[in-house]
Amino acid sequence: MPVLDTKDILETIQMIQDDCLDVRTTTMGISLLDCACEDMDRTCQRVYDKICRLAKDLVQTGEEIQRQYGIPIINKRIAVTPIAMIAGPSGGDPVKLALTLQRAADTLGVNFIGGYSALVQKGFSPGDMALIRSIPEALSVTGNICASVNVGSTKAGINMDAVVLMGQIVRECSERTAERDCIAAAKLVVLCNAPEDNPFMAGAFHGPGEPDCEINVGVSGPGVVRAVLAKNPDASISELADIIKRTAFKITRMGQLVGTEASRRLGVPFGIVDLSLAPTPAIGDSVARILEEMGLESCGACGTTACLALLNDAVKKGGVMASSRVGGLSGAFIPVSEDEGMIAAATSGALSIEKLEAMTAVCSVGLDMIVLPGDTTAEVIAALIADEAAIGMVNSKTTAVRVIPAIGKEVGDTLQFGGLLGSGPVMRISKCSPERFIRRGGQIPAPMQSLKN
Amino acid sequence: MRAVVTVIGKDMVGILSKVSGACAEANANVIEVTQSVLQDMFAMIMLVDISGLKLSFDQFAAKIDTIGQEMNLSTHVMHEDIFNSMHHI
Repeated sequence: MPVLDTKDILETIQMIQDDCLDVRTTTMGISLLDCACEDMDRTCQRVYDKICRLAKDLVQTGEEIQRQYGIPIINKRIAVTPIAMIAGPSGGDPVKLALTLQRAADTLGVNFIGGYSALVQKGFSPGDMALIRSIPEALSVTGNICASVNVGSTKAGINMDAVVLMGQIVRECSERTAERDCIAAAKLVVLCNAPEDNPFMAGAFHGPGEPDCEINVGVSGPGVVRAVLAKNPDASISELADIIKRTAFKITRMGQLVGTEASRRLGVPFGIVDLSLAPTPAIGDSVARILEEMGLESCGACGTTACLALLNDAVKKGGVMASSRVGGLSGAFIPVSEDEGMIAAATSGALSIEKLEAMTAVCSVGLDMIVLPGDTTAEVIAALIADEAAIGMVNSKTTAVRVIPAIGKEVGDTLQFGGLLGSGPVMRISKCSPERFIRRGGQIPAPMQSLKN
Repeated sequence: MRAVVTVIGKDMVGILSKVSGACAEANANVIEVTQSVLQDMFAMIMLVDISGLKLSFDQFAAKIDTIGQEMNLSTHVMHEDIFNSMHHI
């Protein structure tokens, strides 16, 4: 039996108590493929019954594990099969399925259900089109449902017709919920190379290649990484990388333990640990502050991309050894409104959308939780999506866009989402029109990188 | 099965006695105790065997927590696996 070391025990307690260490989410992935039938109402009933049967103990089990190990488990979530696949065969209005998911979320007490999604990187099926068109309504009549649309991949290229449509859908989401700080747009993400086992919202869905049911875990811990860097102010960059790896190892082992235990208690296979540094708006839980701790005056300064690349790589290297199966997004997240340091940098003007775009080339996601001026057109949003998708497609990585046009607001104003979604200042964006490019439609062909066979 | 009980706070009479008393009542066998008092700060780490626990783990943790609150100390009861998995390869 291993000997416990006093130093290790106190370090763990300090990580949890002072440095905001937590497991961000235990997400149960549930396949709904067997729920689809030709009648929408019957499909809805089957969906509700299956989710409630498989996830009935999810919240309680999370709470039990939290008490046993003393680790906060912040969210208990569910990811389901992309609803477009269910809505297609059932016909009828997909919003009924969104309301069904909301009813299941209310019954179970989970924080979010993700998977109001469509995968359209190469084209639309009728179910995909119906679902995408219903997203603004679905997200404005529900509170805990997240939607995502995959518009591109390294293998398929970028579906520009979907990109154009998503520019309009994002704007419509904001318009429909303008009096509620445009919250619907904060629950919608447009992806390229979407992972099928991602436990994090808003992009979580349960891919068609996944088992019937599984448990995925998303760890957190930017505060812990920042704290350990603060203790080594004179370390060289090589030493910093090593320190981050060691810390990521510890954080991930905790996630692995929680995932294994949740899987055992729920009798559901363990899927993956997502090795992500996921910030929150709380002080001391910020990815931006890690970059600043490395030596930048502010996040957004020249050097930010290099620091983030180092951080992202070291987190993966440390985490990979700590977990039996790694998946999801796995890397550092850089949402603006959900990160106290990012909010400060964006408010002061040190951090621009262009810099954020560069950062997305080296980290795990994309332009996330960015508030745009209210007069930003659907074409500009679509072009922003196309830029991000291009970065993801060419670099064989996941990229995403979750932007919120702040209807009726301009630079200098702020949107308040509350909770983990935080608050974000309206950021400046180029107003030059990409309209002619966007109106062309069609498909950006897959790059040479796709021809690996 | 073992758990780690940690108690940190201002030193005063009876901390060890109260915590070990609660362990005895719950039938948790104290295997090892490390404690140090630095100036007036008290820090104790106790390794206890909880395989014969009379209460549930939650109830035991709540009991230690109550003692902590009464004496204004910060207490944690955590299953040993968390430390083993985080700090041992």
